[in-house]
Formats: sequence, C-alpha cells, structure tokens
Amino acid sequence: MTKMLVLLFSAALIAVPAAAQDLGAPVGDGGPVERVAVEGDDDGPLRGTVTDETAWSDIGIAIPAFATDRDRPTPANADGTGALGREVARVITANLRNNGLFKPVGPDSLPQPAFNQITAPAFSTWSGRSAEMLVHGYVRARDDGKLVVGCYLYDVALQNELVREGWVVGPADWRRAAHKCSDLIFSRLTGESPFFDSRIAYIAETGPKDRRVKRLAVMDSDGANHRFLTLGSATALTPRYSPDYAKILYLSYVDGNPRIYVYDIGSGKQTLVTENRNPTIAPRWSPDGKSILYSMAVAGNTDIYRVPATGGASIKLTNTPGIDIGGSYSPDGTKIVFESDRSGSQQCYVMNADGSNQKRISFFGGRCATPEWSPRGDQIAFTRIAGDFNVAVMNTSGGSMRVLTRGWQDEAPTWAPNGRIIQFFRTERNTGRSGIWQVDLTGENERRLPTPVDASDPAWGPIRP
Amino acid sequence: MNTKIATALLVASAMGLSACAKKAPVVLPPEPATTTTGTQPTQPTQSSTGPVVGTQQHFANAVGSSTTIYFDTDRYDIDSQDAAALQAQAQYFARYPQITFTVEGHADERGTREYNLALGERRATSAKNYLVSLGVAANRISVVSYGKESPVALASNEAAWALNRRAASVVIN
Repeated sequence: MTKMLVLLFSAALIAVPAAAQDLGAPVGDGGPVERVAVEGDDDGPLRGTVTDETAWSDIGIAIPAFATDRDRPTPANADGTGALGREVARVITANLRNNGLFKPVGPDSLPQPAFNQITAPAFSTWSGRSAEMLVHGYVRARDDGKLVVGCYLYDVALQNELVREGWVVGPADWRRAAHKCSDLIFSRLTGESPFFDSRIAYIAETGPKDRRVKRLAVMDSDGANHRFLTLGSATALTPRYSPDYAKILYLSYVDGNPRIYVYDIGSGKQTLVTENRNPTIAPRWSPDGKSILYSMAVAGNTDIYRVPATGGASIKLTNTPGIDIGGSYSPDGTKIVFESDRSGSQQCYVMNADGSNQKRISFFGGRCATPEWSPRGDQIAFTRIAGDFNVAVMNTSGGSMRVLTRGWQDEAPTWAPNGRIIQFFRTERNTGRSGIWQVDLTGENERRLPTPVDASDPAWGPIRP
Repeated sequence: MNTKIATALLVASAMGLSACAKKAPVVLPPEPATTTTGTQPTQPTQSSTGPVVGTQQHFANAVGSSTTIYFDTDRYDIDSQDAAALQAQAQYFARYPQITFTVEGHADERGTREYNLALGERRATSAKNYLVSLGVAANRISVVSYGKESPVALASNEAAWALNRRAASVVIN
C-alpha cells in the first residue's frame, strides 16, 4: 500500500528573509524549575491514604494565603512577598476550581496562617471550617533575587502531611511555582499525572468575518502570561508547540501562500518546514520532537509527509488519491492516526509510523476529522461531523465512541498533558466569532477559557520540567 | 491578506451575488451573451476612463460573473455551468496572452480548517486544469487556497455557503 517515496526535496529549513516576516519580538521560554528541599515536621511526608472517600469534586480544600518569613520587596509583586503569597494561593484556588476538580476555598475568605504554622498547622481551625484538605505554603525572597516557594498538603482529619515540595523560581516565573503546587495537590489527591504547569499556543482572532486578522499567540494553561507572537499582517493558523517548548510549527500566508514554518521562540528565527513550491499544511511534532509531519497538496492531491526536525529529505507516508491530512502520533511514536477522504468523506485512519498498514477505524456514521492521540495512549479525540460539529473520543480501534460537546461548530481537539481534559474551539453561527473551550472526559465541566480576543486552534503543550 | 486580494474578493463577491450559478440559487443566472462582453468581435480598446487591460476590473467587465465558479458541498468537479464560465475566462486569457492570474480556491465554513485548506486547493487546481485543457498555458496560472478563511457571504446558511464554495480567478497586476 505504502510507497515509501523519498522525495528529492533538498534540505529543509531554509531561512526566510527578515523582511518577509510577520513576527513580533522573540520571547524565550523559561527552562526547568529548580526543585528545593523544604522543611517539614518529620523525615518525610506520610504516604497514607486520603481519608475522604467521596468523589474528588466534592473534596473541600482550604487554600489560605502563603506565608512569608520576612516581607520583602520582589519584582514579582510591588507589595512584597506577603502579598505575593496571597496571589500564589489565589492562582492555586482558581486552577483547582476552574477545572471542576475540587471545591477549593481561597485566601480571600480564610484566616492567614503565620510562617511557623506552615509546618505545624492549627488543625482545629481548619476542621471547624469543614475542610478535608489543607494547603499551606510560603514565599521567601532570597538575597540573589530568586524566590523559594514551599507547598504542603495536609489531611485535616488525619492531621498528617500528605506531600510537600519546594521550588526556586525567578520573580518572573512565580506563577509557575503556583502551577507546580497545583499539580502536586492534584496528583496526590487523584493519582493522575500533572497538567497545570503547561502552555497553550493558539490563534488570536479579531475583525469582521470576511476580514479576520489571525495571529499566533501563546499563554499559560490558565490564560496568564499571554503574548502575541505575530503581528497580524499575514494570516497565521494551526500552531503546534514542540515537546520542549523551544519551537512552534504553524501555517502562515506571509509569502502569499499557505506554508508551514518552524518558529524558534527564543531566537525569533523562522524557517520553512520544507523547501517546496507546493502548499504545506497541518503540521505536527513527533512525541520525541525529532520528526515533523506535514501535509502537502500537489496538483490537488494532498498527502502526509515526514521530515526530520533538523531538516533533510521528506518521506511520503500516504499515497492515495484525495486528501490525506494531519496526523497525530501515539505517545510511543509507533503509530499515527490521520484523516483521509479516500472513502468519499473525511474518516479517521491509523497507520504505522513508517506509513505501512493503513486502516480505517471510524465506522460510526458521520465524519471523523482532526484526530488527536491522547498522551495516555488509550483514546483518540476528534471532530465528529454529523450535522453539527462536536468533539468526541473513541478508543484506538474506533470503538466506544462518545460525543463530549454540543456546540454548533466545535472543532480541533487538543489534549491536556495528562489526557484528562480536552480543549477545542467553538465558532458561533453567523458572527463567525470563536473561542477556546475545554471539557473533561466525562463531558461535564465544560468552560470557556479567558482570552484577550477571540481564539481558535488551541494546541496544548506538555507538562513543563 | 492584503488589500488587493480583499478588493478582488469583493469584486468576485459582487459578481457572484448579482448573477449566481445554480448552486447559489438566490438569483437566476442571466443569459451568457448579455454579460459576456469579452465575446464581442470588436477589438477591445482602452478608453481614458475604462479599466486597463491587466486589471481585475477589466477582466470582470469582460467576463462578468464568470470570474468565479461554484461547487457543491465537498465537491470539486467542473459541471456544465462551471465549464461555460471557464470557457469565457479562457477566451479572455487567449485574447490577452500577457496576463497571468491566480485561481483562489475557497470552502464554506462547514468544514474543519485544515481539510478546507486542502479542499480549496483541490477546487482551484480543478479550475486550473480545465483552463489548461482549453489552451491556457499552465505557467500563467497560479493556485492558492484560502480554505474557509475568506468568506464572501457572511451568513451561516445554505445560500451563503453556496457562494463561498468557489474558485475565483484574479488577475495578477
């Protein structure tokens, strides 16, 4: 079936003249967050079972303001580390509440613990407030300007520490410590992998329906630290963060034609994914970041190609008449789910990573578009077209299909790093206005993400180191 | 998208609305002879006030609504109405062999974004291939897809979608 055509495209990654770009100033992504040992009451956290047996979403968590040893000015907060401690607790509260996971009570309606209570909570205070879980923490400004943030989770009934961790962050990265603490709490209470400390690339949209301006933009998983990366003179579409957050693949009309570019976020350098006169669309990274999938239309026939991320010869993976497009790797990199209309309408297919053994998996009526393999490996999210457009999931054989959303036009799902939440974009009828929404795997807890302007094409990156 | 293309789209839009094909059933199409002034035997001359050869306006004046062809949902085949429009285009481009042009392929909003980019490309290529079969040199024709990103009809209904599933020929100045 598959002809492994090694194309004679010469080396990819040809630099684009700066004059032909639509790029704003580059913004590097911070590196890993340094972990630091934090003081506790004993040799280490207990690993006891959580006492509360109710559903996660019913667990009451008290998150009072983080304390500080000494209120000092910090670039992260003009009012000092004390005020910053309150902000950290607010971010954690919003994270846990907005995702429908728990019932947190935040610092604005709770008493504030003193610094020495962080490792020795006044449990009677908190059990009186019917909190099952208690989060404590502190913010300390070091002499080198960096911040140490400690995070502790206590079981109020057991009066025991469940987990604690600490991080050293630059003042500009203080929210990352709040996200790390949110992830620590979430993982400890649910047994799931973390997802809060992650970023999202997307397309910011403004203007009327027939003259829409579409810009590449990025933000944290909670919408903070928002930045526009392109200026809007050229339409930008369909971004994908590299697994290490160093690069973004996206489509731009900057030279008048739809082409995929590899944008290096730190250096601001941008290169074509492949040197070719044909339009390239639908870019995807392999899980290890070493390969890129793209789709290319040649004389009306679109196929999927793979090229090394560092450039080189492209390999054609599909070879049927019609539109073969997109592609999403299984987390182990051995398989690719993609979309094809070879049967007459858009349906989802799985093939081996080398293009062999292409098999249709969607047989449930309607159309199957934009499939995305879950980071957990067991599910595939896709756009189901059956009258309206909705986000649905199925297993990797196409079974157990479930529709998760009910909008008029919901498309392009992207997975949270832990595979528990799906984001997508919803377009309004007539106005054409769009926004990013998310839904969990139960189909409940649907909510719209706050973005400065209209938004589409979300692409959720992995958990940050 | 630049202003030039936007203007061209507006022109194409106006043409499409004033005289749509059967797949855009808002208005009945006029008899071809009434609008296809380019088929007149008189040698075209440039008056001081009329549009200049090599502009989109000159092309649109000559072929009328035939600058744009329309497609059924998810289809890209050239039907008899499309063929008539492309024949009018081919006659015009035969008369002005110095002109190069772009076929812009589009899709309606009721498709996923990436698929529609590929579909627009397939439609534009379909129109290009037909023009080449009528004798227009392939190297005079560029193709670009805008997918569903550049609609000319803004409502979310069948009539608007029919107008947006199109391939529009745009003269390169």
